[in-house]
Amino acid sequence: MALTAVDAGEVAVRAVPTGTARPGSDKTARDLAVRGLAKRFGAAEVLKGVDLDITAGCSTALIGANGSGKSTLLRCCLRLLEPSQGSVALLGQEITALRGAPLRRLRARVGFVFQKHNLVPRLSALTNVLHGAQARHGGPRCWYQGLAPRTLRDEAMHCLERVGLADQAGKRADRLSGGQSQRVAIARALMQRPQMVFADEPVASLDPAAGEEVMKLFSDLMREKNVTLFFTSHHLRHALDYADHLVALRGGRKVIDGASSDHDMAALKAIYT
Amino acid sequence: MTPGGPIPAAAAARPTAALPPRFERPGALAFLIYVVALAFFVLAIEGSRISVTGFLEGLPHMGDLFVRMIPPDLSRIAPIGQALLETFQMALVGTALGVALSLPLAVCATSRLSPHPAVYYLARGLISWFRTVPDLVWALFFVVTVGLGPFAGTLALMVDTMGFCGKFFAEAMEETEPGPQEALSALGASRSGVICSAVFPAALPSFINTALFSLEKATRSSVVLGLVGAGGIGIELKVAMDLFEYPTAATIIICIFALVLLVERLSSYLRHRII
Repeated sequence: MALTAVDAGEVAVRAVPTGTARPGSDKTARDLAVRGLAKRFGAAEVLKGVDLDITAGCSTALIGANGSGKSTLLRCCLRLLEPSQGSVALLGQEITALRGAPLRRLRARVGFVFQKHNLVPRLSALTNVLHGAQARHGGPRCWYQGLAPRTLRDEAMHCLERVGLADQAGKRADRLSGGQSQRVAIARALMQRPQMVFADEPVASLDPAAGEEVMKLFSDLMREKNVTLFFTSHHLRHALDYADHLVALRGGRKVIDGASSDHDMAALKAIYT
Repeated sequence: MTPGGPIPAAAAARPTAALPPRFERPGALAFLIYVVALAFFVLAIEGSRISVTGFLEGLPHMGDLFVRMIPPDLSRIAPIGQALLETFQMALVGTALGVALSLPLAVCATSRLSPHPAVYYLARGLISWFRTVPDLVWALFFVVTVGLGPFAGTLALMVDTMGFCGKFFAEAMEETEPGPQEALSALGASRSGVICSAVFPAALPSFINTALFSLEKATRSSVVLGLVGAGGIGIELKVAMDLFEYPTAATIIICIFALVLLVERLSSYLRHRII
């Protein structure tokens, strides 16, 4: 895929086969290091002392049955939920120690794609993508595309082009299909110029065809930009096809942590029983 | 299906479990509350001196008043028009200022967005105070503060609008979906960024609706504020009635009716266009 001047100065483009660690990434560097993470909601302990390392540039799938703690783990890693116990070193910084502007600056380097897209419904696709630059550019410039400078509008438009939605730039987010909405959410994450992207069941709300299409696009874009990807999924085939590494949770505890090539479908299905 | 033929519908539909009662029997305390409430309502009818006879006896006087008002006197249409314009100007500016000041107040009064619980309770208390004191009382207060004239009326309408819009704006923001706000927080947006990029756009239809209702309400209120010297056409109406100039009063009432109707139609049009 051709890149425009907007990509100049960003990460190098690397196309690599699915299921292998990407070349160029430092295999010793960890973008995420979780130690003894616990999360309690009242008496219910959802996460029970989870340890986890995610290598820079790798794609990691987090699987597990409903209620196993996948979404909670993702949210705790970005402090969208406050961990009850443990430490989370994200991109080399202990996120549990950060507050205010330093926390926002760290979050700015990490994209988050939600299952339900979480776009602002009444705003255009372009404005929603532009929101991705809010941490880089304070003030009202990134609140609405009409207020944004030309360079930011160009960059947002380019991100929409990358997800194949340039022709929908002016359309309201609540008038897009589910697949299109998720692509806009991915474009918003790209607009952050992230080093790492979290995705919480990014295709769970889409039909199988749209889900496959969006997952492939998502994975390809992350690999192309050498972005570390950490996603949850109930699609075991997606986990095996798009992740270099697999982590599985059961009842809030980690039960699998290894290369995806070391696991087969039958072994993964066992964690749901 | 039994060998003997189809089962009759009524027999087939009969449940074996006992049906719940049609109505819940109230407890002793609830029953007592119902009785006290009913007794109070009966006393309220007595206290309000409702009298069908009195109303029927008054009807000829009402007819007489209508007859005296016709035809409306148009000789003072120019000063009446001027007072009407002033009334609408008060309503428009008072509403605009009230809406603008309601926004930050409502943000502080929204539990999810308020910077601190103390600020939340303070903002909620302020809004309740603005709402519970009637606009006529605010007008009296501002007449004493800034003197007679439309400025006092505008301030009264502004405060009244803040009470009205502050409450409904805050409720609209409480009801917005948290997902987009969480997404913006996750990407490092500031509190003001989240509010302006996710909360305001989501609550915008409700904001517009409430602001337009406020304008309608302020237009009606601004007519009455003149009675206490806070500007507008109200004082013209009072003088005309006090001097028994019923044809002039009829002109004023028709003008007020036209203004309120116009504002309501305009507001309805804008509501359909914008929302």
